[in-house]
Amino acid sequence: MKIVLKNVNLLNPEQNLNKTTDLLIEDGKIARIGDLEKKDLEGAKIFEYEQAVVVPGLFDMHVHLREPGREDEETVHTGSNAAAAGGFTEIACMPNTNPAIDSAEIVSSIKAKSYKHLVEVYPVAAITHGREGEGLSPIAELVEAGAIGLSDDGKSVKNSAVLMGAFDYAKMFNVPIIEHCEDPSLADGVMNESLVSTMLGLPSKPSIAEDIIVMRDISLAEYTGGKLHIAHVSTKKSCEIIRDAKARGVNVTAEVTPHHFTLTDEAVKSFDTNLKMNPPLRTKEDLDAVIEAIKDGTIDCIASDHAPHSIEEKDVEFIYAPDGIVGLETSLGLALSELVHKKHITFEQLVNLMAVNPRKILGIPVPKIAEGEMANLSVIEPDTVWTVDVKKFKSKSKNSPFDKKLLNGKSVAVINKGKMYTSEGFIEI
Amino acid sequence: MDIKAKIIDKEGLNRTITRLAHEILERNKGSENIVVIGVRTRGEFLAKRLWDKIKEIDNCEPPFGVLDSTLYRDDFRKRLKQPEISVTDITVDLNEKNIILVDDVLYTGRTVRAAMDALMDLGRPRTIQFCVLVDRGHRELPIKADFIGKNIPTSINEEVRVKMVEEDGEDAVYLVDISNE
Amino acid sequence: MPLASKHLLGMYGVPEEDLNLILDTAVTFREVLERPIKKVPTLKGKTIVNLFFENSTRTRISFELAQKRLSADTINFSTSTSSTKKGETFKDTVKNIEAMKVDMIVVRHESAGVPQYLTKISNANIINAGDGRHEHPTQALLDIYSIREKLGEIAGLKVCIVGDIAHSRVALSNIYALKTLGAEVSVCGPLTMIPKNIEKLGVKVTHSIDEAIAENDVLNVLRIQLERKAGTTIPSLREYHNYFGVNAERLEKYNKDILILHPGPINRGVELSSEVADGPYQIILDQVTNGVAIRMAVLYLLGTMN
Repeated sequence: MKIVLKNVNLLNPEQNLNKTTDLLIEDGKIARIGDLEKKDLEGAKIFEYEQAVVVPGLFDMHVHLREPGREDEETVHTGSNAAAAGGFTEIACMPNTNPAIDSAEIVSSIKAKSYKHLVEVYPVAAITHGREGEGLSPIAELVEAGAIGLSDDGKSVKNSAVLMGAFDYAKMFNVPIIEHCEDPSLADGVMNESLVSTMLGLPSKPSIAEDIIVMRDISLAEYTGGKLHIAHVSTKKSCEIIRDAKARGVNVTAEVTPHHFTLTDEAVKSFDTNLKMNPPLRTKEDLDAVIEAIKDGTIDCIASDHAPHSIEEKDVEFIYAPDGIVGLETSLGLALSELVHKKHITFEQLVNLMAVNPRKILGIPVPKIAEGEMANLSVIEPDTVWTVDVKKFKSKSKNSPFDKKLLNGKSVAVINKGKMYTSEGFIEI
Repeated sequence: MDIKAKIIDKEGLNRTITRLAHEILERNKGSENIVVIGVRTRGEFLAKRLWDKIKEIDNCEPPFGVLDSTLYRDDFRKRLKQPEISVTDITVDLNEKNIILVDDVLYTGRTVRAAMDALMDLGRPRTIQFCVLVDRGHRELPIKADFIGKNIPTSINEEVRVKMVEEDGEDAVYLVDISNE
Repeated sequence: MPLASKHLLGMYGVPEEDLNLILDTAVTFREVLERPIKKVPTLKGKTIVNLFFENSTRTRISFELAQKRLSADTINFSTSTSSTKKGETFKDTVKNIEAMKVDMIVVRHESAGVPQYLTKISNANIINAGDGRHEHPTQALLDIYSIREKLGEIAGLKVCIVGDIAHSRVALSNIYALKTLGAEVSVCGPLTMIPKNIEKLGVKVTHSIDEAIAENDVLNVLRIQLERKAGTTIPSLREYHNYFGVNAERLEKYNKDILILHPGPINRGVELSSEVADGPYQIILDQVTNGVAIRMAVLYLLGTMN
C-alpha cells in the first residue's frame, strides 16, 4: 500500500533535518523523500494537511497500563490506542500492575500483546520483588525478556542499601533505574504543603519529601556510577539538585509531566479529584522553575505519567480518591500550548524532549527519516486549535482535568510497523 | 407615591386614637388586666400612641409589648424577597390577660392570623381584641376587628399607607394607586 | 436581602452583610429559646437530613434541636448505621437519600471538600457542619455571636485563637469570619501546631500564652485532641498545659477582663484549667445556647429562600 504525505515539514534534530517536501511510504517503509513522480502518486492514498510537521514517532516513557490486574481501567490494547491518538508510536509501561512486572513471563506477555499493534510497548520492570523494596527482582531475566528500565514506581526504594545494590547490578545490563522520589515518612498528605493546603484544610506533604530522595538517589548514582532517571520532577529544589549533579558529571536524567508545567496547587481549590496526583501539583514558583529546567536541559524529556482510574474510584470524597490522571491524549497538546506557543522552547527542542531523549535514556534507537528506513513517524499540526473532549478519549478511563480545555496543536496521524492511525482509525500500509 | 386621597390628617389621627382609647377602656371596664401589644413593624408606633392615650385617660400603666409575627407567616414561598425579621419584645406573662392587639391596616387578615398564633405560643390569654386604624376590606380569612378607626373600601389596585411622625416625619393616612408599582 | 448563596459551605468569601444578617437573625431566635414554647412553625413541612460521617453528638444535637424548634422534620444519618459499610459509595448514599425528597442537608465528613462535592450532586441546600480540617462555619458564627453579645462591635477587637491551629477547622472559619468583620486576629500555640503559611492570611503568630492573654480582648481556646500522636507535635499533654494552658494565675496576672471561649468538649487540665473552665471569664455554656440560635437562623435564612 502506498501513502503520500504532501508538502509536510520533515524535522529531526538528530539528523539535522528540516525540510518541507513530499513523503512517499510504501509497505511501511519510507520509499522516497521529495521529487515525487506521477507513478509514485498512482494508487496512493494522499494526505494533505494544514502546515503539518513530520517528526520521529513520539515516545512516552512513563505510562501506566493496568494490565495485568485492572483491565477495567486500561489494557495494553486500549492504552496503545490512546497513545496513537495522542501522537505516540512507542511507550514504556510501568510495573505497578497486579501482579507487578517482576517476572520474565509478564514482560513477555506484555510484549506479545503489543506485537501486532501500531504502538510498541516497552515494559519497565520492577526493581524489587513485588515492588516491596526488599529483594532484587530477577533483573537479568527481565532485561532478556525485553524490559528496558527498572522502577518501583508509585514509590521509592526505601532501603538505601537495596537501591545501591540495584544501581550496581543494573549497570551490568545498561538499563536505567527510574526512581519515583518520595520520602514516605514525610508524605502523609493529599496535596502540596502551601498556603493553599492551609486554606483548604487538606492534609499536605511538603516539597522536601521529593527533594530529600532526589538528593539521596543522586548520591547513590554518583557513588556507584549507575544510571539514574528521575521520574516526574515537580519541585524547584529538585531541579537545582539535578542541575548541579549534571554539572558534576553524574549519570542522571529527568522527566516532567505536562500537568506539572501547566497547573499549580491553586487548582485544587475546586476539590475536583482530577487535580489529585502524586507528585502533587506544586506552587507557581515550582512550576516556573520546572519550565526553566526544561529550557536549559536540566530536564531531558516530557512523560505523561498516564494513570487511568475508573469513575467509581475517582468520583469520591477528595481524601479517598486515588492519585493520578490520564495523559496520553493531552500530553502533546499541552506541551505545544504551554511551552512552544508560549515561546519557552522551540519546536525542535520539543522533538528532542518527546521523541529523541526518551529513547536515548532507554537505549532505544531514534527512528530516522530517510529513504529505506521503516517509517516510525508522528504527523503534527502545531497550530490547529482543538477542544479536549474526554468522552472521545480512546483510553478506557476519562480521569482528566483538561476536559473542555482549548489546546493549540495536535497530532493528526502516526505511522509505525506498517500501520497508520488517523482520526478515522487504523489502516495497514 | 401615586396619592389618590388623604384619608386622615394629623388632627384626624389624634381624634381617632382618642376615640379608640375610650372604646377600649369602655369595653374592658378600665385598664386592669389589659396588655397593649403592637404588631411589628407599623403597628408598633400606633400601639405606643394608643397606650399613651390610655395611660392619660385612665391614669394607669398597663403593660406594653411588641410582637414580630414573621416566623408564623404563611407566605414564605410566595414572596419574591425574604421578609425581614425582627425581635419580639414581650416581658409580661400573657396568661389570663386581655390582649389589645394593635396594627395599622386590616386587609386580608393573614398578618393577624400569624400574630394570634404567635401569641398563643407565648401563653393563654383570656381574650385577644384586635384594634386597627383602617379596615380596607378584602378579607381572605374569617377575621374581624373589635375596634376600628375608619372603614375605607378599596380596590386591589389601591393601598392604604399610614405615615407616622416617629418614622416617616408626618402624621397622615393616604390612599394610593399601586397599579404602576 | 437574602443571603448570597443557597448553601453555607464556609466562612471564606462570605460578605460582611451576610454575616451580619445571620447574626442579627439569630437575635430573634435567641429570644424564642427563652419562651415556654420553644417552637415556631416557620420550616413546617421541610425535611432536613443530618448526614454525619464523622462522630459528633453535640453538633448534631444542636442542629437537631434547631431544626425541631423550627418545626422541620429531621432525619439523622450516621456512618455506623448506614449502607456505606455495605460498600455503597458516598455519591450513591446521597442520591438515595435525596430521592426521598429532602430539602436541606447538614453534613459533617472527615474529608475537606465534601460539602462542595455535595452541591454538585444534590439540589438540596447544603450546610457544612465540619469538613476535615477545612471549615466549620456555624461554629465560627456562634463564637462571633457570643463575642458580640458580650463586647459589642467585632471591628477592632483583638481575638486570639489558641491551640492546634493546623488541625482545626474551627480556627480557619473563625479567622476568615473575624477578618471580614474587621477584627485583629492572632494565633497562639507551639510551632508544630501552627501552619507555616498562616501569616499570609493576615494573622499574627505568637508562641507565648502570656502575651496572648495580655494583648487580646478574646481568647478562643481550642481543644487538643487527646488522640494526637504525642511525640511529633507535642511531647506530652502535661508540657502543653504548662506552656500553653490557660489557668487562673495567668488571667489574674495579665488580663482580668479577657473573654474566654472554647468550642467544647473541654479537656480540663489541658487547654484550660478547671478553675478557668468554671470561672467568670468564660462563656462556654452561652456559646452552646447561642449555637442553637445561630443554627436556627442559618436554617431559617436558607430554608425560606426562593
